[in-house]
Amino acid sequence: MTDKDRYSVLIVGVGGQGVLLASEILSQVAMNAGLDVKKSEVHGMAQRGGVVSSHVRLGPKVCSPTIEYGQADAVLAFEQAEGLRAIDWMKKDGVAIVSTTTLVPAIVTSSKQFKYPEDPVAEMKKKAEHVIDVPADKIAGELGNPRLVNTILLGILSNHLPFEEALWVETIKSKIKAKLVEINLAAFKRGREIKLTSVGA
Amino acid sequence: MKELLSGNEAVARGAFEAGVKLAAGYPGTPSTEILETLAEQYRSVYSQWSPNEKVAFEVGIGASIGGARALVTMKHVGLNVAADPFMTFAYTGVNGGFVLVSADDPEMHSSQNEQDNRYFARFAQVPMLEPSDSQEARDMTIVAYELSEKFDTPVMLRLTTRISHSKGVVETGEPTEAPDRTFVKDPAKYVMVPANARVRHAVLAERLEKLREYTEQTPLNAVENNGSRVGIITGGVAYQYAKEVAPHLDYFKIGMGYPLPIRKIADFIKSHDRVLVVEELEPFYEDQIKAAGYNVTGKEYFGRLGELSPHRVAEGLKKAGVLSEVATAEISREEAMFPRPPVLCPGCPHRGVFMALKKLGVAVTGDIGCYTLGVLPPLNALDTCICMGASIGSAIGMEKVKGSEKGTVAIIGDSTFFHSGVTGLMDAVYNNSNVTVIIVDNRATAMTGGQQHPGTGRTLMGDEAGLVDIAAVVRGLGVRNYRELDPYDYENVLSTIKEEMARSGPSVIRTTRPCVLMPKRIMDEPYVVDLELCNGCSACFRISCPAIAASKETNPRGHPKAVIDETLCTGCTLCAQICPTEAIVLKSKFVKV
Repeated sequence: MTDKDRYSVLIVGVGGQGVLLASEILSQVAMNAGLDVKKSEVHGMAQRGGVVSSHVRLGPKVCSPTIEYGQADAVLAFEQAEGLRAIDWMKKDGVAIVSTTTLVPAIVTSSKQFKYPEDPVAEMKKKAEHVIDVPADKIAGELGNPRLVNTILLGILSNHLPFEEALWVETIKSKIKAKLVEINLAAFKRGREIKLTSVGA
Repeated sequence: MKELLSGNEAVARGAFEAGVKLAAGYPGTPSTEILETLAEQYRSVYSQWSPNEKVAFEVGIGASIGGARALVTMKHVGLNVAADPFMTFAYTGVNGGFVLVSADDPEMHSSQNEQDNRYFARFAQVPMLEPSDSQEARDMTIVAYELSEKFDTPVMLRLTTRISHSKGVVETGEPTEAPDRTFVKDPAKYVMVPANARVRHAVLAERLEKLREYTEQTPLNAVENNGSRVGIITGGVAYQYAKEVAPHLDYFKIGMGYPLPIRKIADFIKSHDRVLVVEELEPFYEDQIKAAGYNVTGKEYFGRLGELSPHRVAEGLKKAGVLSEVATAEISREEAMFPRPPVLCPGCPHRGVFMALKKLGVAVTGDIGCYTLGVLPPLNALDTCICMGASIGSAIGMEKVKGSEKGTVAIIGDSTFFHSGVTGLMDAVYNNSNVTVIIVDNRATAMTGGQQHPGTGRTLMGDEAGLVDIAAVVRGLGVRNYRELDPYDYENVLSTIKEEMARSGPSVIRTTRPCVLMPKRIMDEPYVVDLELCNGCSACFRISCPAIAASKETNPRGHPKAVIDETLCTGCTLCAQICPTEAIVLKSKFVKV
């Protein structure tokens, strides 16, 4: 845990990528570990293919359900441009874990006004020291379900948090539909094998 | 037991523990999950969706007068619709405890305005509680029922998006039996003819005085001394933000936001060198404290537009000279980012209608629902959106003054039609309007997550329900020109709208495809792009389908050819219908040469 004994994770992605499930699992793990937890997100319009973000805050005692701007200890991004969009929320020494998934919205395709960044991960790396980029969508495909990006990234994040693996496994089992538990546990383990040291060169 | 609950789930839990017998509401972000949680987890509470908030409120009134504890939930603008029963129910008072949940939406994450409904409590002179997190949402719901019965008044529980949709650890308790009451005939209390209402208005005034005493004593309004000379008066989520960024200051935490404990606040002000008011949206506390003759400041530092945040509160405290340093972003923002607005889903049955309306260039009065997204580029096919049901009334007015040379079309969803479109259509018949109304009937309250409504055949609790037939309602109102059509048939949509606009008298066109997401996800065989035939004209890009993207291949002028994401395409065929080179074909029919 960092200063003030609180840890803040910003999870971002696009509607349908499982941002809310990921923040649910993380929050439940922290609560089961005996910590205070608050998390906040906005439902509604945002889920029609718009940006979805969830703030998760853990610690002995948490007040605000949202992260103070620029003070996230970790950013978890399920889409790389969304990772770049959110990177200013992170502390300089925070860790960004980003899937190289690319989702170009219709508004970019249909107009000359907007451009999708050439290489969002490269831009993120220029701005922050600890950026872990993973082709989580490809790994998810290999595992047999493209919707596993969220669990893979949670697996990577789990290396940065002081919770036992068993606690994660137990929580994933309780939060995910029975027939999808096994594949999600496999995804979580794949993520957990990706350590900070293996990244960036 | 400890549970991780959202504010909405915590209210449902509190209502369950308080022995609530009936809950009613209309879906609206951020309030929706309260009733959904009751229907899913606490099935001993009878819960129902009503066609609109006014009816829901009245259903709650009936349950309360009938002796049971009742819960009524809605989003902030829903209370505008329910304001009529609300204002007068404050006069009659309750029998069984009655709690109204108003879930406000500062920042307008999913709303057309960010009105501050705390003023509604003051307007109606009913007590209002303001939880600052999930635990308090549960606790205050229970307290609200006690207050309601003790003071014989409806009680407002005021939530905001950050309370409703934030989760926190909640210590729950066991359900209790509410006091046993039955209906007792008492027309002097419940029949608000002028002679009775005059008496009840005096009762209301007297009750308010009692509540003013109560609010001075209740621990819901609490002082937290940390030895600071600077004090903060705050409530709701703003309290949590302030505690986060300035834990060393003294706090006056308001849990009962109306009536305010003015004497207790005065003592707090007198015992500090300086007192600031930190509240989201309007200066609701600040103005009342100032009006009572005390010197506080607030809005000049914290603003009254949009949501507060820890950062905004810290900035305000710095501006006020109370904090010397504010944590700032250590990493620079990426300025040149594209927007990612919400869009109509792939296969959305509304798309074809908007493509046609865009092509016709008519004035389109809109309404509240997924189809409001038709305003966004590249569809750009909506001209107004004011409130639930407004599409029809405003189309009538615009058509009467010939505001649009090309004519006026109203577009409204099924749930919104039931909510408050019916009376608008009645007006169109009665006043000989030539308006054309398109009811985009996808058989769900889709934008809020696919809730049931009078046209779906199911209740909130999952039982089979009476089915209100839109066609019969429309015909019954006296509309002679009524047609149903498949919104995936683009040419037919276009020609039908043209024909109906040319007719005299009101016309109603109803589209008949269900929502592609709910109640079951519809995925037919996807289409693919034959890149040999695609000439990069970008016609398919302009229908704003998330499944269609630019491919890496370009035409001779450098414009990208299209590619379809097969995992997203639902096979709705619209893009194939408008492709001038017939390059978009069914996957199984596409043979690569």
